[in-house]
Amino acid sequence: MTIEVLYFAWLRERIGQPREQIETSAATVRELVTELAARDEWHAAAFADMAAVRCALDQQLVDLDSPLGNAREVAFFPPMTGG
Amino acid sequence: MSARVQTQAFDSGAELLGFGDGAGAVVTFTGFVRDDTGQMRGLEIEHYPGMTERALNDYGAEAARRFDLTDWRIIHRHGRLDVGEPIMMVATAARHRRAAFEAADYLMDWLKSRAPFWKREIGPDGSSEWVDAKDSDEAALNRW
Repeated sequence: MTIEVLYFAWLRERIGQPREQIETSAATVRELVTELAARDEWHAAAFADMAAVRCALDQQLVDLDSPLGNAREVAFFPPMTGG
Repeated sequence: MSARVQTQAFDSGAELLGFGDGAGAVVTFTGFVRDDTGQMRGLEIEHYPGMTERALNDYGAEAARRFDLTDWRIIHRHGRLDVGEPIMMVATAARHRRAAFEAADYLMDWLKSRAPFWKREIGPDGSSEWVDAKDSDEAALNRW
């Protein structure tokens, strides 16, 4: 399936773009991360420390073992620092 | 009941108006850009358009349910902010003060760690660094 992948803050900077469309057969977020990290050195750098990466599926926070299901949009970003 | 994400400044005083007759108590919290080092020029705040509005509305609705609020408002700015400028505010209205205080505290804890904003501190030479999340902010969620 095709999924829109968004990046924010330093993940966006390391990858060098704010979003990309990915063709994937990954079943879970973690499997998608493994595919993305294998694309090139920039993706590998962005996903090097998964303890510092948070994820949202269709704009809802989820953990890395969540199934991708029919999600159209997945976003990766560092822990949030609002307020 | 409203959540706003905006670049422009807001007037906390003006936001106190219009809470209706059921509100016996309104508590507001306003956060300002603070400079701990004496060297900071300001902040740059990034967010996730779409998800941000959804998250703020979800947390506001949850606070209203949990603390029986009569009304609430959340405003959070993004973009470039100078030291001393207001970043965000929450206002919680309830029949009695205890619920309004607790709901404001609850909302702030959730916004700090669960609303999709990321801060970057701009130094004296214009260079900037991402602010790390604090373990204490994450731990604060366990109170609720």
